[in-house]
Amino acid sequence: MNQAARSVVLHGLVIALLVAMFFVLPEYHSGNLARILVLAVFAMGYNVLFGYTGLLSLGHALFFASGMYGLGLSIQFLSASPMLAIVIGLITAVVVSGVIGFLALRTTGVAFMIVTLMFAQAGFLTVLFFGKYTRGDEGFVIQRAQRILFGVDLSQPLPRYFAALILFAICLCLIAWMVHSRFGKTLVAIRENEERARMLGYDIQRHKLMAVIISGTMSGAAGAAYALLFGYAGASFAAVQYSILPLLYVLLGGAGTTIGPLIGTVFMFYLIDISSEYTDAYLLIAGLALILLTLFAPHGIAGILRKKLAWLP
Amino acid sequence: MTDTKKSSIITSSSGGKIGGQTINKSMNRRTALKTLSAGVGAMAGVGALPGMMGCAHASDEPIRIGFQVHRTGIGAAYGRWYDRTTEAVVKRINDEGGINGRPIEIVAEDDGTDPKRGAEVVEKLATKHKCDVAFGTLFSHVVYGSAPRAGELAIPYFVVSEGHHVASGALNRYTLQPGITDVKSQVEAMGPFIKENLGKKVTMIFPDFAFGHDHRDYFSAAFESLGGEILEKIAIPPTETSFSKYFPKIPRETEVVYHVMVGPAVLTFVKELGEFFGPSRPEIFGFIDSLEAVDLSSPGLEFLEGTYFWEGNPRYAQEDQTEFDKAYREAVGVDESGASISDAKDVSTYAHMFGCWETMYVIKAGMEAAGYNGPDDRQKLIEAVESMTEMPHSMEHPQGAKLFNGKTHQVFGHQYISKVTDGKLVLAHTTSIEDTLYEDEVDYTSMSF
Amino acid sequence: MDFGPHLFVASLEGAITAAVLALTAVGLSIVFGIMRVVNVAHGEFFMLGAVIAWWITSLIAGHPALGFTVALIAAPIIVGALAVICNRFVLHKINYEPERTIVATIGLLYVIQQTTLMTFGPEARPVEAPFNKRIALPWFEFGESGFALTWPWGLSTTTYKLAVIAAAVVILLVLWTVMTRTKIGLIMRATQLDQEMAQAYGIAVNKVYALVFGLGAALAALGAVLVVPIQQAHYLMGDDPLLLSFIVVIIGGLGSVPGTVLAAVLIGMSDGIISVFFTPTLAKILATLLVAFVLIFKPDGLFGKRRE
Repeated sequence: MNQAARSVVLHGLVIALLVAMFFVLPEYHSGNLARILVLAVFAMGYNVLFGYTGLLSLGHALFFASGMYGLGLSIQFLSASPMLAIVIGLITAVVVSGVIGFLALRTTGVAFMIVTLMFAQAGFLTVLFFGKYTRGDEGFVIQRAQRILFGVDLSQPLPRYFAALILFAICLCLIAWMVHSRFGKTLVAIRENEERARMLGYDIQRHKLMAVIISGTMSGAAGAAYALLFGYAGASFAAVQYSILPLLYVLLGGAGTTIGPLIGTVFMFYLIDISSEYTDAYLLIAGLALILLTLFAPHGIAGILRKKLAWLP
Repeated sequence: MTDTKKSSIITSSSGGKIGGQTINKSMNRRTALKTLSAGVGAMAGVGALPGMMGCAHASDEPIRIGFQVHRTGIGAAYGRWYDRTTEAVVKRINDEGGINGRPIEIVAEDDGTDPKRGAEVVEKLATKHKCDVAFGTLFSHVVYGSAPRAGELAIPYFVVSEGHHVASGALNRYTLQPGITDVKSQVEAMGPFIKENLGKKVTMIFPDFAFGHDHRDYFSAAFESLGGEILEKIAIPPTETSFSKYFPKIPRETEVVYHVMVGPAVLTFVKELGEFFGPSRPEIFGFIDSLEAVDLSSPGLEFLEGTYFWEGNPRYAQEDQTEFDKAYREAVGVDESGASISDAKDVSTYAHMFGCWETMYVIKAGMEAAGYNGPDDRQKLIEAVESMTEMPHSMEHPQGAKLFNGKTHQVFGHQYISKVTDGKLVLAHTTSIEDTLYEDEVDYTSMSF
Repeated sequence: MDFGPHLFVASLEGAITAAVLALTAVGLSIVFGIMRVVNVAHGEFFMLGAVIAWWITSLIAGHPALGFTVALIAAPIIVGALAVICNRFVLHKINYEPERTIVATIGLLYVIQQTTLMTFGPEARPVEAPFNKRIALPWFEFGESGFALTWPWGLSTTTYKLAVIAAAVVILLVLWTVMTRTKIGLIMRATQLDQEMAQAYGIAVNKVYALVFGLGAALAALGAVLVVPIQQAHYLMGDDPLLLSFIVVIIGGLGSVPGTVLAAVLIGMSDGIISVFFTPTLAKILATLLVAFVLIFKPDGLFGKRRE
């Protein structure tokens, strides 16, 4: 099998497995998995910029929140239909990531980290500043009746799960395709050696900006999906922890791999969920696990898999 | 190690009681089941058959109350006392024979004071732990994040949050707040006292998020309708750790400073307020939220002498202390100064935590009125609580008499205003329940389940 | 309050913020500058300093100055030692690889925070200042009767706050002297410039790293002990200093200690002064954006040298 065919088979299998999961898993875990798929989309978006382009952003909560509030506020104040609200959420994310990308890409390395962090902080404070509309930290509920997409009630387990899975599958396919495209290969070339890529005649800035926009929009899609599927939008999702989370997911799962973000998200979610049943000190366990992982699995969990199965994309 | 207690189950039946044990959570469920199956004899393995809970003959099966608690994150100081109060009330109810003869079992899960995790915890309590109801949330952003899931999963969700979310109509039929009054009624009831006793020109200082905005909006409207004047509204960003630079915005002609702050920086806030005014302070009226779980004798708080506080429930035992307050303090393990019996420096969140006690008794009363047998009766439970009205001052309601509004799912009650006298909070005024009422904003009973 | 005194109060508050920020950030600056790693747990070393200060002062009876002095010496040493241990058993093992260091130090952050929550508890706990007297400040006015001194309502500060500014200046000067005038400083700077070359000249780079990491943490703890009588010890108090010092270090220019100090002054003062002109949250938004735009136009920081 050539590389492309292998990629199709592998990713098809992942999606098929996820379809089957809904029917196999008990209610609690399939509910969790719906959430994990949405968060994994966030992590995949992050991975486009960090894993493939080599740009470490500390401001992705802003993109997540753009999608979330773009959708949430348009439902709340414009009585938009869910479909229209999704479009508005995505447009918000595209615009925000375009502007931030344009400004922040004047910097690189640590300065890029700080600039994105600062914009995200300013975004978080802006949500609070317009508390009259956003209800600040408290946030607002998107009622069940406002979450009916094409007659399907997204607050129900089955539609919710498959809505999350469809979004996830689209993003996964997009990234799997991107990896093999000229565009994706250029991004990797930039990551590996920016100077060399420049000398080969690539327009570095344009590629990086595209990467920021794709990454930001995917993160925004996750934010919009979260609000729509779980019925809540609040400022805590714009706070700095939600910029660090996708970084953590990606590093744990394996940066620059297509399924690493999903693995990292599953791992982190269940690490907290399971350990919290045995002790209140679950963060202690999570912390130790992170330290041990860096000591013994330098390239994330997908890194371990890849060592065993060299053909993984 | 101060607080690594696992949720403790305290079961009791006519035969014998297992009280006050603090054991590992995964262990205690097993132990409890063992005890129960021994008691029921042939009915071995009841715990493995949650489907049987709906059956009439499963009457010794514990009622599982899911406790969404802030053990970590910004709400941890409150969570610890919500934990202790809940433990105390469950022990008391179980000692008295439980609910409909069935003991209560608390299944506690930490939500990290985070709305996302909060929603996950409600899911977990409902679908994994198969709890009968969920209970106990304080921070209002966690309530907002979790309530939609509670509604979708059709699990009654009893919050103890003092937010206006429930009564505002933003939530759903499954979410109720029967054990603690909401911020709107608290704030509006303060107007008359401030105007008559402290002054007509008020400057408000509050955190720049929803809780602070509720204070700003409801108090200023109520106060202006009484003929008072709000000179300035100073919103402090929630990430702030130093406050002196904002105080010059307080107008010179201010007669009363109204403050309410939450979070770990509250002590700094109050201290710096004192340093700013020095010897020539105006009257000061604060919400005790600014100093919950904080010792009034902390360095820098001397200037609070002679200032006033709203208190949900008077922290210091008053001269005319009721027998209910006395017994309640004893059960929770709080001394006359509102601190832990075992550590005088460990100050409780006395103004709020009574809500856990009273809510648990409302759940009990509701379940008994509804003839609650299991999750199939959840709607009956909601309807039973909705039909409640007057709750007399009693051991079930040690904070004071209450009036429940079934349409808005919100309880109303007396509010207390105390004056700092010799470093203690001494009750100066008690509002009537009528002072705290406002027009209904929602009728949940007209919504379908 | 009139505009003049208001601006004065805000500047004074800004100066205190700057002083504490400089102390916290300078620790991160040398770690970042010399070892080239982002230590996400830096804020937790700050928090530990404050918590240990509370612990020590609550053990020692008598005049508050006594316990405070002990804390001022002991807390940085304890925290520094702890940091050296973390360095030895974690960072050293992963070879200071940038990405793994981020994950590992996030792990450390969780561990330290949770351990503190379980031992110290969730409350904010105060530490009494060794001395703390409110001083009303005078203001001048040029009125009808000529030049006059007045004592405007509310215009004040405390002796302790002024002492914090002075202490920060002294500590930073000492650090500066050590870095530029001593052999150990020379070794540290040599390692910063070229790690491999330093090794070739027989410098034990591993020992230098351990020293630098410990020193960085100790400085953060020292800043925390100084600030804890103004704020309180709380297990989540490390989050903000982490972000702020991180920002200060980058704005100042990577590895430039004077740059870090100047950036701390800039950020602290602008935070104070901007608050005079806008509503508080808007002021915070503007101060945050200011940082972003400084970097957009000066990507290497205000005092950084261009590095390829």
